[in-house]
Amino acid sequence: MGLRYVQPAPGFKQYLPKDYVDLIDFGPFGKEVDASQLGQFKEILEEHPMCAGCWMAYFVRVFYASLPNPEDTIVLGTAGCARLALSQAAVPFIYGNYGDTNAVASGLTRALNLRFPDKQKDVVAIAGDGGLMDIGFSMTMHSWFRREKFTTIMVDNEVYGNTGGQESGMSPKGVQLKMAPKGKKFDKLPATELAKLAGCVYVVKIAPTNIKRLSKVIKRAILAARHFGPTFIHAYTSCNIEYSIPTEEVLKDAREREKKDFGFEEYMTDEVRAFFEEIEKKKKEVRA
Amino acid sequence: MPEQKVVDIDYLFKEAPRERHFITGAQAMAEAVKRANVDMAIAYPITPQSEVMHLVGDLYAQGYLKDYYRAEEEYGTMSAIAGASRAGVRVFTATSGPGLLRGIEAIASWPGHRIPAVLGVLTRVVNAPLSIQPDNIELAYLLHSGVVLLHAENQQDVFDMTLAAFAISEMVDVYIPVAVATEGFFVTHAKGYVDMTPEDMKLPPRDPYKAPVPVTDNEVPPARIQRDAPVQKSNFMSYLIHAVWQQEVWSSTQRAMKYIYKYLNGPIEVVNPDADVFVVASGCAAAQGREAVRYAQEEGLNVGLVKIKSIRPFPTKEVRDALKNAKGVVIPEHNIEGWLSKEVKAAIPNSGIVVDGPRVYGGMTLPVELIMEEIYKILGIKQEKKVVI
Repeated sequence: MGLRYVQPAPGFKQYLPKDYVDLIDFGPFGKEVDASQLGQFKEILEEHPMCAGCWMAYFVRVFYASLPNPEDTIVLGTAGCARLALSQAAVPFIYGNYGDTNAVASGLTRALNLRFPDKQKDVVAIAGDGGLMDIGFSMTMHSWFRREKFTTIMVDNEVYGNTGGQESGMSPKGVQLKMAPKGKKFDKLPATELAKLAGCVYVVKIAPTNIKRLSKVIKRAILAARHFGPTFIHAYTSCNIEYSIPTEEVLKDAREREKKDFGFEEYMTDEVRAFFEEIEKKKKEVRA
Repeated sequence: MPEQKVVDIDYLFKEAPRERHFITGAQAMAEAVKRANVDMAIAYPITPQSEVMHLVGDLYAQGYLKDYYRAEEEYGTMSAIAGASRAGVRVFTATSGPGLLRGIEAIASWPGHRIPAVLGVLTRVVNAPLSIQPDNIELAYLLHSGVVLLHAENQQDVFDMTLAAFAISEMVDVYIPVAVATEGFFVTHAKGYVDMTPEDMKLPPRDPYKAPVPVTDNEVPPARIQRDAPVQKSNFMSYLIHAVWQQEVWSSTQRAMKYIYKYLNGPIEVVNPDADVFVVASGCAAAQGREAVRYAQEEGLNVGLVKIKSIRPFPTKEVRDALKNAKGVVIPEHNIEGWLSKEVKAAIPNSGIVVDGPRVYGGMTLPVELIMEEIYKILGIKQEKKVVI
C-alpha cells in the first residue's frame, strides 16, 4: 500500500502544492531512478540547511536517490548534522533520542514484521560517527549481535559537527579538536571490523567519489538486510568546516582519503553473494 | 495456552466474572499482560523487577505474545519499545530503580512521541550506597515526565491497574504511556488475593489507526511527505511547536482521569470520610495507613485514609475535597524526599495541617506504630514510650 498512500486521491491532485505533485509525477516513487542522473528528476531531498560544500549532504542526496523502495522506507536518525537533511526528506523519518537509532530500529523492524509479514518495509538507520560509535555504541553493536534485519549507515565526518567540532571516537589519532585540546590520543575505531565480527552480512567502507558505486552499495545493503541480517555502510563524509577543507576541494579530499585510509572495501557472506549474483543474472536475462 | 477470545474493554472490567487467586505481585502483573493482547515485550534484568519479565517471557513461549527479547540495557529497551509502538503494536516492559533512571531519557520522550506503551515500575533503591530494597524515590523522577503514573497498594491493584493501563494508554484522547508502579519485594515477591478475569478473555487488539497521530508504517496518510522540519527551521518555530505539543501531552494526562474513574473507581479511595485525622498515602504505604485506621478505630479515634491511586494525573480536586474538614494529615512514605507530601501540600489550601512523614527509606518496612505516633501528636495524646528488649 506504500505507493497508494503517497499518491493523491483522484480529483484532489489539482489542489496540492506543486512541490508535492512534482514529487509524485517526476520523483522516484514506484520506479527506479538512476542516482547518477541526479538533478534530472525530482528528488526526495531537495532543500536542506547543510553547509556549502558538505559532503554529507551530497551523500544523503545520493542515498535517497538509491532507495530500492522509497515509498515503503522508514529512515531513523539521531542528533548530528545528518538529521538536518534527513528530517526534510519526503520519506518518513524518526528522530528519537541520543544515539538510540539502532534500538528504535530494532523495535520498529520487528513490529513492522509482525504487522506486515507478507510485505517488505525497509528500515535504515543513518547516523554519524558520534551517534553510532560513541553514544550509541552498545545499541549499534547489540542490534548487530541480535541480527536485526535493517541497514545501518554511518556518515563519518570524524567530528561532532553539529555541536561545534568536538573529538569523536572516529576522529583520526593526533587531530586537535575541541575536547581534545592536545590532540586525539587513540586511533579511529575499527567500525567495519566490528561490524563483521558482530555478524553484519554485508559491510562496506567507502569514500563517496564514484556515484554509481555508492548508489549500488546502498541498494545492496538495503536488499541484503531484507533477507539475511544486519548490513553496514561506513562512509567518509568529510566536514569541510571543522577540518578547514576549501569547498572546491571537498571531492579532492575524498579522493585523497580514498587512496590513504578509505579505500573501497566490500564484504559479504556467501549467501548474500549468491543472492546478488542471482539478481544480476535475472537482470541480464531481462536485458537479453 | 487456552484459546483467548477478544471481549469488549468495558465488559472485561465491569462484567466479566472474576476468580480469586493467591499470587505474587509479579504474577499479578504478568496475569494482566496475559489478558491484554500484548504483541511484543522487551526485557532487561534488574532486581526486583526481573520476575515480572521472566513471567512475561513464559507468556511469549506459550504463544500469548508474538515477540519478546532481552535487550542490551534499559536505554536500549525503552528506545526499542518506542520503535515498536511507533510501528503500531501493543508493547510492555518493566524495570526498577537504577534501570528506570538508565531508561528515563527515552521514557521521558515517550509522551512527546505519543507512545501508548505500558511500563511496570517495581521500585527499588536508586544506588549509592547499594541496596536492592523497595525505596520508591524513583517515582519522583517520573512525576515530571508526562506519563500517567498509577501506584498500586497490593497484588489486586497491580492486576487491575496494569490491565487498565493498556486500555487507558490507547484511548484516542489520551495516547500517552501509562506507568504502573508498586513497591518491589513487598508486593512483587509477596502473595495476596487477586480476583482475576478469566484467562480465556483478552482485550481487543491495538488499532494503530485509531490514533491522534499516525503510526510510522507507510500505510496511512497524513504521510510525512513534506519538507517540514520545524525544529530545524528556527528557534522561534522550535520553541513554539515544542510548547504547544507539550501542552497537548499534559492535557492528555489530565484526560486520562475520566478513564481512571471508569476502570479503577477513581483516582482516590477514602476510608471513613468524616474523620478528624487522615492518613494520606499511595502504594504500599496505603496498606500501612489502612492498618493505622484499624488501630485507631480500636482505640476510639476518628481517623480516616485517603489512598491516592493516580499520582499523574494528580487528583487535586478530589484530595482537596476529601481533606476539607481534616484537622491533621499524616503522610507516610517509602522515600526520604517526601514527594507525595509535596503534592498533597500543593493541592490543599491549608498545608499547615500536613505532618511530613513518617518516612522510611533504603527499603525499610514502615511500622504502623510510626504512623500512630504522628496521629497521637496531632490529637494531643501523650503516649508512654515503651522499649521492648
